[in-house]
Amino acid sequence: MTETLLHTALASLHHELGARMVPFAGYSMPVQYPAGVLKELLHTREKAGLFDVSHMGQLRLWGPDAAAALETLAPVDLVDLPVGQQRYAFFTNTTGGILDDLMITNAGDHLFVVINAACKTQDIAHLRTHIGERCRIEVLAEHALLALQGPAAATVLARLVPTADFAGWSFMTARTLLLAGVECCVTRSGYTGEDGFEISIPNSHAEQLARALLAEPEVAPVGLGARDSLRLEAGLCLYGHDIDTGTSPVEAGLLWAISKSRRVGGIREGGFPGEDRILAEIVQGTSRKRTGLVGLERTPVREGTEITNLAGEVIGKVTSGGFAPSRNGVVAMAYLPAEYTADSAEVLALVRGKPVRMQVCKMPFVPQRYYRGV
Amino acid sequence: MKYTPDHEWLRVETDGTVTIGITHHAQDALGDLVFVELPEIGKHFAKEEPACVIESVKAAGDVKMPVAGTILAVNEALVDAPEKVNEDAEGEGWFIRVKPDDIADVDGLMDEAAYKALLNE
Repeated sequence: MTETLLHTALASLHHELGARMVPFAGYSMPVQYPAGVLKELLHTREKAGLFDVSHMGQLRLWGPDAAAALETLAPVDLVDLPVGQQRYAFFTNTTGGILDDLMITNAGDHLFVVINAACKTQDIAHLRTHIGERCRIEVLAEHALLALQGPAAATVLARLVPTADFAGWSFMTARTLLLAGVECCVTRSGYTGEDGFEISIPNSHAEQLARALLAEPEVAPVGLGARDSLRLEAGLCLYGHDIDTGTSPVEAGLLWAISKSRRVGGIREGGFPGEDRILAEIVQGTSRKRTGLVGLERTPVREGTEITNLAGEVIGKVTSGGFAPSRNGVVAMAYLPAEYTADSAEVLALVRGKPVRMQVCKMPFVPQRYYRGV
Repeated sequence: MKYTPDHEWLRVETDGTVTIGITHHAQDALGDLVFVELPEIGKHFAKEEPACVIESVKAAGDVKMPVAGTILAVNEALVDAPEKVNEDAEGEGWFIRVKPDDIADVDGLMDEAAYKALLNE
């Protein structure tokens, strides 16, 4: 029996654009358009790509206690998150692993939350179980999410809303913009390492906005295939691959996302699932770390590939990897014992039984170009 | 030209050797190729044995030997320019030239009409 796939509000537009659709997290999603993954990726780095990421879960948490309640599930500062500010976060489990990673925006009278498509059902149940009594959880089932990413993204969006102040709009902050005649929550953020925006828009207006953006000369449609390579190049984690219930945020190199106020000595120290392990790891470090690797050969090194030391002993496994078009080379991420993670240290990847030389490299693999303001 | 269900093409040359590549349909399905690994010249492969590794940005695959035979030549240009396969899969994007153990093996493969019918299924 085949499962019925869900369609986003842009399904007919994808068809019209000649997208190749694949099942992803229960949705029929465009993996690529006729231009292909390579050109779509390079176009995003050069100009601007438009992505349909409507499969992601969008929620609103309402009520005066929402921020404090959500803090009990994630080691981040939300009580003091300024209005209009967005924060990267993750739900932790009792053993200090990661249940999902997410984006939280203080939208003034509510918290706007974006969660991973594949974790949607489980996340909503998690929220209802643990904080359902402390805030109202609204699932935005009728909203699309469009990402406009790339160095030309701000120029393009400014043409549609000339009155908005783009110069004063920094990375990881949100605005309400009137787009396609409807109010949209727009954050200056994304999953590509580039400047760009994620636009939450009612399904009824999504296609109109997508067409308006695609009509701009800098904008091309980009599929999930290129999106995955863009995020890999940007050194960003993919949930279920680079992070999961078995990896702690500290091992994953996400310490930067754990707010000071929630660490030992902070004003709201602890108080999240798995705090014992996570707080201890912040102080003591971890025996293994998510590590960036670049190929010294051209052989792509993909997820699941074993990594060995130069003596041939297996020391870890690749969690994401492949060809990075922006570098014209191969990159990967793997969890490796701390003693192998020094910059430029050499390790081997076992591809089809043959060792491929790789070198530890600081992430991101391509320079981040987020807009930090004037 | 002859074709296989694995979307490879074969061309019998005037000297009785066989040139092998992947079809236009195959390159389109794989997407932009970024890596090609070619076999050693002189190596013998059985029918169906993987002779070349091909990888696109998102997928890895191989070129299986459509007939048993010995590698006479490889298209070295693909190592530095795997995109040639996408640009001209059934021409410049050839992979290997083979001396088949038995040229009669080639006759048993699909002709163009049969391959087109397969694609339309």
